[in-house]
Amino acid sequence: MTKKESAKKGTVGVVKTEYFTFSYPPDYFILSNGSQIGPVTLAYETYGVLNENRSNAILILHALSGSAHAAGFYSEKDKNTGWWDLYIGPGKAFDTEKYFVICSNVLGGCSGSTGPASINPETGRAYGMDFPMVTIADMVNAQKKLIDHLGIKKLLAVAGGSMGGMQALQWTISYPDMVESCIAIATSASLSAQGIAFNEVGRQAIFNDPHWNNGNYYNSRIPKAGLSLARMIGHITYMSEKHMHEKFGRKFQDSHQGKAGVSSEFMVESYLKYQGIKFVERFDANSYIYITRAIDHFDLKEDFGGSLTAAFENVSANYLVISFTSDWLYPSSNSKEIVRALRVNGKNVNYIDIETDNGHDAFLLPNEILEKNIKNFLKSEFKKSEF
Amino acid sequence: MEEYIGYDLVVEEIPERSRVLDLGCGDGTLLFLLQENKGVNGCGVEISEEGVSRCLEKGVYSYQADIDEGLSDYRDNSFDYVILNQTIQNTKRPDLVLKEVLRIGKKVIVSFPNFGYYRIRLFLLFKGRMPVSKLLPYEWYNSPNIHLLTIKDMKRMEKEFSFKILQQQHFSLVGEGKNKIFNFIKKIVCGDPHTNKSKSCKVRIMPNLFAQYGFFVITSKKDTNQ
Repeated sequence: MTKKESAKKGTVGVVKTEYFTFSYPPDYFILSNGSQIGPVTLAYETYGVLNENRSNAILILHALSGSAHAAGFYSEKDKNTGWWDLYIGPGKAFDTEKYFVICSNVLGGCSGSTGPASINPETGRAYGMDFPMVTIADMVNAQKKLIDHLGIKKLLAVAGGSMGGMQALQWTISYPDMVESCIAIATSASLSAQGIAFNEVGRQAIFNDPHWNNGNYYNSRIPKAGLSLARMIGHITYMSEKHMHEKFGRKFQDSHQGKAGVSSEFMVESYLKYQGIKFVERFDANSYIYITRAIDHFDLKEDFGGSLTAAFENVSANYLVISFTSDWLYPSSNSKEIVRALRVNGKNVNYIDIETDNGHDAFLLPNEILEKNIKNFLKSEFKKSEF
Repeated sequence: MEEYIGYDLVVEEIPERSRVLDLGCGDGTLLFLLQENKGVNGCGVEISEEGVSRCLEKGVYSYQADIDEGLSDYRDNSFDYVILNQTIQNTKRPDLVLKEVLRIGKKVIVSFPNFGYYRIRLFLLFKGRMPVSKLLPYEWYNSPNIHLLTIKDMKRMEKEFSFKILQQQHFSLVGEGKNKIFNFIKKIVCGDPHTNKSKSCKVRIMPNLFAQYGFFVITSKKDTNQ
């Protein structure tokens, strides 16, 4: 990228989270397992302007720990930008000067959307573990209500990484007529046994925290230790061995401290602890349980009688699938499986395997190849959709 | 490296609105031309990330993969045309690739640098080492062309691989070099390069000796029997 281009890139500026509430009883929101819930609120943010034809809307789907706050900041003083600010904004991959970008917090989440921490109107207390099991398809069905509410008949694109990629794929299967194109990054049609294993260890950390109290902790101390441990485990899986080594090596946090001490701390340890502590401030332990469960249970193959080819038989979107060479949580082979199923069905698909040491986290970090390919893909899909 | 070799002949050959798979599609220029001129529904396979990225720039669909690693999941006759343009000599197992493309494509275009070209023969004869020229611009040790063949080799495969040759348009690239004798020979076998508007000129006289590139349109015999 030239300097001129990067200089043009800007920020969406100060943004505000909005809320949409639907499915008021008795018109409950019906979940995949048949249980019902209502009312349901989704937190969402939008950036850019919807054009007259309503043909430039892009729905961004977030990963496990994400939120509706994908870009910009909440006030001029706020230093924390949205989770995908690197890629959303004027002149960026999701160019808010061309596209109307929407991001909503998932159902079951804890950043403004209805989830286990929300008040159950039937009991007047937080749902806790009474919250029904939520699937990726349920998250998508809830988002569909929001897109309808915004008056959008067809999305130019659905896009996301990791669990966001799962939602993007699910969108194209659940609502084929509503999606022009799909960008699925570092994702899979189903999580590997290894991935489920790591999620389970994270959940066990929460379950074993005495403060978890079967999910009833909203009026007392929260299970900080368990949730931060779960986050620490998660962080290990998001990084590659090489990236971790380059970032921390065997360096000690406090270089003056003697190396022999049992309490002396490696830099990588303090990084993980910091990530854990920071996470507890903004995330609900029960949401962590529900969302990781949704990821574990996502299985497009199983949904279609054991055939991934059958899953993509009736989709009409065009796809951009991207994986990262050092991602071992959602390895390239998972993306290749999606690509194979799509092309066997004669669907239009682009696929690249980006060479990087950044592991699963790569989609959240600066990457020129990722940026230019999203940009070019959206440009040609937008052009095609306008015909 | 010479680029865009034989593109004019491929575009000429493929009918409007065909379903096309381009194996080793490079930067996607050929598919782009086919999309623009023939309205084809195309898809490319390319081994490099840069290649796929450049396809994306053009609005051409392609995916990053090694064609040696399999085309087996495509259904029989999925494509009207499968293109192997300057690709077959780069594959590890041309035999397996050829079998697969004959299965998945109703027709297959195979074009490759002709190792039987007289100047390559002369190079080997007089210099006694592996030919390095404009046509094959690599040293033996760094060449991606790991399975070189001649036009005659391709014809000899017809029986064993049970395909039928539908068309042959062996060609050389238009343009003159320094050597007057070679230019004269080219003029005789191709016609006057100045009157030839396209980039490739068809060689009709003894192509295995005088054509720089082989160009075949083939189809599986199993199909024609159906």
